[in-house]
Amino acid sequence: MVRRILPLIAGLVWASSAFGADYSLLNVSYDPTRELYADFNKAFAAAYQKQTGKSVEIKQSHGGSGSQARAVIDGLQADIVTLALAYDIDAIAAKGLVAADWQQRLPLNAAPYTSTIVFLVRKGNPKGIKDWDDLIKPGVSVITPNPKTSGGARWNYLAAWGYAQKKYGSADKARKFVADLYQNVPVLDTGARGSTVTFVERGVGDVLLAWENEAFLAQREFGKDKFEIVSPPLSILAEPPVAVVDRVADKKGTRAVAEAYLKYWYSKEGQEIAARNSYRPHDPEIAKEYEKSFAKVELFTIEDVFGGWTKAQKDHFAEGGIFDQIYKN
Amino acid sequence: MSMQPGYVTSTTRMRGYAPAADVSVAAPSPRRQSARPLPIAAPRDLRTEPGPIRFIIIALAVTFLSIFVVLPLVVVFAQAFSKGISAYLGALAEPEALAAIRLTLLVAAISVTLNLVFGVIAAWAISKFDFAGKTFLITLIDLPFSVSPVISGLVFVLLFGAQGFFGPWLQAHNVHILFAVPGIALATIFVTFPFVARALIPLMQEQGTLEEEAAISLGASGLQTFFRVTLPNIKWGLLYGVLLCNARAMGEFGAVSVVSGHIRGETNTMPLLVEILYNEYQFVSSFAIASLLAMLALITLVVKTILERRLDEGRVPDGD
Repeated sequence: MVRRILPLIAGLVWASSAFGADYSLLNVSYDPTRELYADFNKAFAAAYQKQTGKSVEIKQSHGGSGSQARAVIDGLQADIVTLALAYDIDAIAAKGLVAADWQQRLPLNAAPYTSTIVFLVRKGNPKGIKDWDDLIKPGVSVITPNPKTSGGARWNYLAAWGYAQKKYGSADKARKFVADLYQNVPVLDTGARGSTVTFVERGVGDVLLAWENEAFLAQREFGKDKFEIVSPPLSILAEPPVAVVDRVADKKGTRAVAEAYLKYWYSKEGQEIAARNSYRPHDPEIAKEYEKSFAKVELFTIEDVFGGWTKAQKDHFAEGGIFDQIYKN
Repeated sequence: MSMQPGYVTSTTRMRGYAPAADVSVAAPSPRRQSARPLPIAAPRDLRTEPGPIRFIIIALAVTFLSIFVVLPLVVVFAQAFSKGISAYLGALAEPEALAAIRLTLLVAAISVTLNLVFGVIAAWAISKFDFAGKTFLITLIDLPFSVSPVISGLVFVLLFGAQGFFGPWLQAHNVHILFAVPGIALATIFVTFPFVARALIPLMQEQGTLEEEAAISLGASGLQTFFRVTLPNIKWGLLYGVLLCNARAMGEFGAVSVVSGHIRGETNTMPLLVEILYNEYQFVSSFAIASLLAMLALITLVVKTILERRLDEGRVPDGD
């Protein structure tokens, strides 16, 4: 009986199969950009059609930034990667899939939109969290994902470290601060979205360290009457980079459209889409327009404090690095 | 029979039982090595515990079942329909949902068909013939049960990934296995491999080779013997295996997640899509897909019960 019904359902479902476009791109991205790229892809496809008369279909894949990079290295046919941090694209470049100078091929370090790390707290901010120092107080439960697997978590970690180093003036004190912070973390999810779900839906923890865009999204989805965003006075400038995967794009013959896709980020429309989705835009005009949406935060860069991603990765997150040492104790 | 006198009563007469008057147990036949429980003839009223204890035990069982089985099922459907029928149907009609359903059905069809063939051949070889390495083969068939699905998936990444064993060759010839339908099908075949063979082996061993020998001595060819004698004997067991295989094929998450690449509308199966939608705060859509999977499980259970009944009828009556 089941055997007879199945082909019928299959037939029905097949009938609705998608039609082919002139170009098909695969954008392999990290976790919190789902809504952003749903928005951006639609706008780009329309703009591209208008400009060239060619239709383009963009497929998305989302996951933890590190595991997405791994999948591309393992052969996932991404024309474009839009990941959480430069180190993950460097890892792909190290295998020769992306040119080594990828970060110079586009303006602004190939990071068309930026973000920062903020705190999401429960309504009324019952633990009175205002700044990074409040996170290491006893009895405050902090939710952040695992920096070993999550790009967002690495930004969280580095933001906390950078704050402490700037405030207390030495790497040793920063290390102590970060160690105290992770003492207050009851659970390490593998990805940023997983942590948001833990905090927002399961009701675990007093404060969520999150991408600014992710915090805004959670607030939009669940209502301002449930959560508040607290922006610390000092945080990190997170630059999620984008790149064309040369080897795949050349093989599939999609280089031109893939490059157009990334360039569209730097247009007024692209910048507006970023701002609308709570990513900080670069374009001064759009930035001014959305000025009120983003709190004034003093931002330090990873180059300033850590000497770039490669060094930060090696010192902090590699096997046996500082995070491993801290978390073991 | 090498059975000691008094063996039967000494094992069945436990403390608390009424004195056994004429308990008789069907003696295990030394010819068969089936693990099937032996039917107990002349069942007596075994409810000797006092009423309240019985009540507590039953209440415990019912509570346990409600909390761990019924409640989650109810929650899935409640969430799926929380915004009404039209939202539910709308969620299922989304292109991504349809693509996931399509992919799941396709992968299940491929893996069930292939495992049907492999399973029957393996069970046939194991139960009707003697050869060196038979035990090893049985262990090998069971392997997917004992390996974590994530490992099963990673094995295929190591084999077919761009950095993997066959990777460079596949890349050079533009063959896509990983992060495409073939990889998902392979991973699913791997994790569902044991179901058909495992359902058939005990049944076929129990049936022995007498009927086949008779057929061959009457002049039937090998294939004729298989299709006219062996296959009709195992058809219910085979259906049972196929059903379980299908349920697992459609529900597999771990192995498929590793090889999928999560390309939306292309390589997401239903279980993967459930997780993705949940993480996107689209609870109605997520639980709508989940409810489809749950319904599949319910149908599977019903058909399984029917098949089990058929299977028992179809078995050769136990030796006297």
